[in-house]
Amino acid sequence: MNKLIEVKNLKQYFPAPGGSLFKKRFVKAVDDVSFYIHKGETLGLVGESGCGKTTTGKAIIRLYEPTSGQIFYDGRDITHMDMLPYRRKMQIVFQDPYASLNPRMTVGDIVGEAMDIHNLYKTRAERKEKIYNLLERVGLNSEHANRFPHEFSGGQRQRIGIARALAVDPEFIVCDEPVSALDVSIQAQIINMFEELQEAMGLTYLFIAHDLSVVKHISDRIGVMYLGKLVELADSYELTFHSLHPYTQSLISAIPIPDPRISRERKRIILEGDVPSPLNPPSGCRFRTRCRYATQLCAEKEPEFREVADGHFVACHHCCQ
Amino acid sequence: MMRVQITKRTANVRPRKKSRPRHIHVLKNLTFYLPLLVLTLLVFTAVFADVLAPHDPVAVSMQERLLPPAFMEGGTKKYLLGTDQLGRDILSRMIYGSRISLSVSLAVIAITASVGTVMGIVAGYLGGATEALLMRITDISMAFPPMLLALLLAVVFGPGFWTVVLALSILGWAPYARLIRGETLKLRYTDFVAQARINGASSLRIMVKHIFPNIVNSLIVVITMAVGMLILAEAALSFLGVGVPPPAPSWGYMVNEGRSVIDRAWWISAFPGIVIGLVVLSGNFLGDWLRDKLDPRLRQL
Repeated sequence: MNKLIEVKNLKQYFPAPGGSLFKKRFVKAVDDVSFYIHKGETLGLVGESGCGKTTTGKAIIRLYEPTSGQIFYDGRDITHMDMLPYRRKMQIVFQDPYASLNPRMTVGDIVGEAMDIHNLYKTRAERKEKIYNLLERVGLNSEHANRFPHEFSGGQRQRIGIARALAVDPEFIVCDEPVSALDVSIQAQIINMFEELQEAMGLTYLFIAHDLSVVKHISDRIGVMYLGKLVELADSYELTFHSLHPYTQSLISAIPIPDPRISRERKRIILEGDVPSPLNPPSGCRFRTRCRYATQLCAEKEPEFREVADGHFVACHHCCQ
Repeated sequence: MMRVQITKRTANVRPRKKSRPRHIHVLKNLTFYLPLLVLTLLVFTAVFADVLAPHDPVAVSMQERLLPPAFMEGGTKKYLLGTDQLGRDILSRMIYGSRISLSVSLAVIAITASVGTVMGIVAGYLGGATEALLMRITDISMAFPPMLLALLLAVVFGPGFWTVVLALSILGWAPYARLIRGETLKLRYTDFVAQARINGASSLRIMVKHIFPNIVNSLIVVITMAVGMLILAEAALSFLGVGVPPPAPSWGYMVNEGRSVIDRAWWISAFPGIVIGLVVLSGNFLGDWLRDKLDPRLRQL
């Protein structure tokens, strides 16, 4: 299979207030992350708030200038390229359906904007036709095109956001927590729609979420992030049933089971304390401050992100000895 | 915060029933219809001043000086609002004065609002060195004493209509730039602007299509406040002798003319003063109303 997206040693630092005049402080939002996504595949990315998963997504789509590292699209290094030709191929669906639609534009113009920029139509009628098709494709109807975003519910707005992403006929979509802001009943509809669209259009997704149960359902492979680093990456079945990293294990033990009897008997791994500040991450393994197995080695040496089984990567000193 | 605002506003606006008689509707929306009437009258008066004014606004008649308004003892029907120290008709002078007040305000608003908006959006959206430079210029403009500048300009160019416009415009754009920059900063990091960039939109396109439409509300509110401020500023300049030069009648100039005889002839200052207040107030009310109407979130109500 060929790799559509490949990220090598991506680092994304943001300048932070404070620090001295000569030494600036940085928030290391993403710190040395490498992975790839095959064509037509869905890679899930999970982790708690502030772990850098959204930043990773936005860096790939080049909303930020990466501090260092490389991003490849279909084999070409796009880290410092003029993005305009790639803007047609890579799209994003945002988390907050209320903030991601311009309140002053009609739904038709929101969906049609990318087509205007890339000259994807010849006549006004063709533009209208395309917008109507997109709206119908995401389960809205053509009369919605003349309305404003405030007239829609959260789920409908997210559908508009998806229609907008599809307008340029992209190959790759970053789904940045697209269902986190929605009701559970709507979440399922939207997730199913993502799957149907993927099948019909051959899309590749980077699916970001903090809810492992959602990611597990849609992803082929799953990456787990903690404090700016990937700690484990594996096939989604493998990760769910044979997770190796203690952080992943605690996440998986937190997935709700809709049977109270099993749920009660299950042993949950509850982590102590909070995520350390990304301004000043712990030495060595970043997870060691909350890890049950942490030893002296973990504080001294940063674990390597290595392949321990076929396609199963993990960064831990202890989990496979 | 946004949501709180909406609930607060929606609570005040009741769904309009179709069956409600017209006059009730007008009464309930008096804060809109009254200011609209005042401002329409103002524009109408300014345009048709030649036809409406009963007398020549600059015709002096020494026998008929300091006549009180017609409804007072000693007043005549010839001069409805009385006359000033030189026997000139107050009503006619006010009618002609509306031309000056209106044209000065509109010219200044057109210049300051467009310059300030462009500066504010560019500074706010581009950021970095551009922003630093533009905002320092803005700071300097706001720190400069406007009356001093006006006097300076009057000395250099001589008093006149365009000197007044220039004097009020040259510093007047700064508050717009400040406000618009602030609004732009809020919008710059929204998801819909990020999305526009992902769609490949140029900075110009983002500023015109995504930022500008979302700051129009604030702009309208500031502009309507400005109408009042500018009429007052123009009056102040007239007082200092650097306004539109006499005998051309301006409201501010008339208020100041009556100052010395206010104990004997209050009407010289009072009537132009009332009109200034009325216009300023109307501008503010209309601005509020427009803001509500132009907000698409409230349009469906």
